[in-house]
Amino acid sequence: MAETTFLEAIRQGMWEEMERDDRVFLLGEDIGAYGGAFKVTQGFLERFGDARVIDTPISEAAIVGAAAGAAHMGMRPVAEMQFIDFISCAYDMLTNYVATARYRAGLSTPIVVRGPCGGYVRGGPFHSQNPEAAFFHTPGLKIVYPATVRDAKGLIKAAIRDDDPVIFLEHKWLYRRIKDTLPTGDEEVPPLGVARVAREGQDLSIVTYGATVWKSLEAAAQLDQADGISVEVVDLRTLLPLDEDAIVATVKKTNKLLIVHEDTRTGGLAGEITARVNERAFEWLDGPIMRVTAHDVPLPYAPTLEDFVLPQTEDIVTAARWLAAY
Amino acid sequence: MWRRFALINRLPAANFHPPLNLVMTAHPASTRAAAIPAGLSSEQLLEMYGFLRLTRTLEERLAALYRQTKVIGGLFRSLGQEGESVASAYALRRGPQPDVLSPLIRNLGAMLVMGAKPIEILRQYMAKETGPTRGREMNVHFNDLTLGYLGQISHLGDMVPVMAGITLTFKMRGEPRVGLVYVGDGATSTGAFHEGLNFAAVQRCPLVMIGEYNGYAYSTPPARQFAVRDLAEKARGYGIPAVTVDGNDVLAVYEATKLAVDRARVGKGVQFIEVKTYRRTGHAEHDDQSYVPPGEMEHWAASNDPVDRFVRALRDNDWVPARALDEVDTRVRDEVDRATDACLDDPLPAGESALGTVFAQPPSAEPLWYRAVTGPSPSHGAPNG
Repeated sequence: MAETTFLEAIRQGMWEEMERDDRVFLLGEDIGAYGGAFKVTQGFLERFGDARVIDTPISEAAIVGAAAGAAHMGMRPVAEMQFIDFISCAYDMLTNYVATARYRAGLSTPIVVRGPCGGYVRGGPFHSQNPEAAFFHTPGLKIVYPATVRDAKGLIKAAIRDDDPVIFLEHKWLYRRIKDTLPTGDEEVPPLGVARVAREGQDLSIVTYGATVWKSLEAAAQLDQADGISVEVVDLRTLLPLDEDAIVATVKKTNKLLIVHEDTRTGGLAGEITARVNERAFEWLDGPIMRVTAHDVPLPYAPTLEDFVLPQTEDIVTAARWLAAY
Repeated sequence: MWRRFALINRLPAANFHPPLNLVMTAHPASTRAAAIPAGLSSEQLLEMYGFLRLTRTLEERLAALYRQTKVIGGLFRSLGQEGESVASAYALRRGPQPDVLSPLIRNLGAMLVMGAKPIEILRQYMAKETGPTRGREMNVHFNDLTLGYLGQISHLGDMVPVMAGITLTFKMRGEPRVGLVYVGDGATSTGAFHEGLNFAAVQRCPLVMIGEYNGYAYSTPPARQFAVRDLAEKARGYGIPAVTVDGNDVLAVYEATKLAVDRARVGKGVQFIEVKTYRRTGHAEHDDQSYVPPGEMEHWAASNDPVDRFVRALRDNDWVPARALDEVDTRVRDEVDRATDACLDDPLPAGESALGTVFAQPPSAEPLWYRAVTGPSPSHGAPNG
């Protein structure tokens, strides 16, 4: 059976949702005639027409604001940020307008704001960002960050069907790097807010998401082979709502926790996860909760610099080895 | 008709301190023909008068409640610019599948036209559990899309992209509906205003924008806000037809808006109307207005009050029976009295209701553990997140 890329899985998910529900429409920069900067929406204009695949001006605030207005009227807009780095231009619209709409005014705002995120691709400071921490702090938003081909398809569908606003982060390093065979027959639409155990283990847990799921799995295989350390890897899949029960469960199982994320360290999600484990599973811990993250600098361009700043597989191995020996 | 609106563009209003010549109206009542303009009936004129009077009376009541510390937060009044709010909203379609407007803090009149009730406004200001937002939001920040108004947030300009999306939806679905969005002179300096207006113009959304040039954004006059003379110039920069009208001439605003709404409804895209008016109160009630030159407010109050001017036009032309205006005044006063009496003792919302409906799912957040503990100090290990 043919294998599907991560990118193609997202494309299929959106396509099927547009076929299924005529309230779903797309808007963003260069998504129509050009098919999107990464070609995620290639062929959509031809199939669904320019009323449902809207090329917009370079106006992220207007894209998100217009999506919100359409959603109030019963539509299901999917807004693309050409690179997720530009979502900061719509920060006000997302945090002040969209995130508060249901709470302050009873307004339903089922929008998806999606886009390519992440580094390891020599994209430099403005085409490599991971913006989740900036939005993680805002009540009213959901954040989905798939790591697998199956989840990319299933979770984009779940995000589009969700009645709340969802930021959907697509790691561009995964777009064409990972492939999988998608199930045929019944469609998979996993619920938002449920993590996944990507690898079972006994000695130590790694909680992570996005591209570093793969780097953590690589590290886990090395640790198993070289050190005989059995590492459990939990892929969060959804960052908001955070699957606290899954995190606590793995901590109670292995008693040691390493949190890995590609985002910078200070104010990153690892801090919040640490606090929650401290509150709920303090007595199950046999060692300090440790973090492997990016260094606290803007992401530089040169391969030597980027590789140094971002967490690498060997960093995870080093940290896990230290924690296992604690 | 467009030529007549254009008249006001020739007025030397470059610096708004104060453009006294705006008193000179495009069609002064004294020279108006006896026939009612703009296709309005006598009943409609009376209805408009009712909304003007209700706006003013309700705000006066709110000011009294504010001084009695019954209003929890700030009070924002539209004194002196009620005319353009009521007249512009009155040009919209109400009823089933209504047009949708997005008001600002000084568009109480527009909300009342669309069907917001005085008791809702009073409850909002007093943060009552019974109010439309159950104490979550303030003042006129609430909405009823079935009646056709969408509540604003405090970030100025943000409603422009949102209304672009609402009217884009009308266009996509082929619904013959129009959106109307208000922006103040200060809000036209925000990025959201420009992004939203341009987006809507490119998409040819059925959207009418009312640019309210009222002399002050908090304390800042237009000369320190932008380097154009008229807000209409900004709209024209986006390829949008734009006119400037005397905002205190109720019928001129109605007529211009009606024309713009009709044009938007038949697919002619975004329309812009600048209304020159004047804010006679402070930004909010606490504002001492020390920045206002002496005599400026008094001048506008004495010679260019939109309600006075409208009443004079109605009386001088015998468009409505003289007694009818007094009857409206009495009815409005009774309505505001009854609304006040009916909600003054309503309770504030229960604290724990603050946790509900951040999301559709989950329906409510959990109280933090130390709030949930009712007995003595928690046993070891009790905290659960």
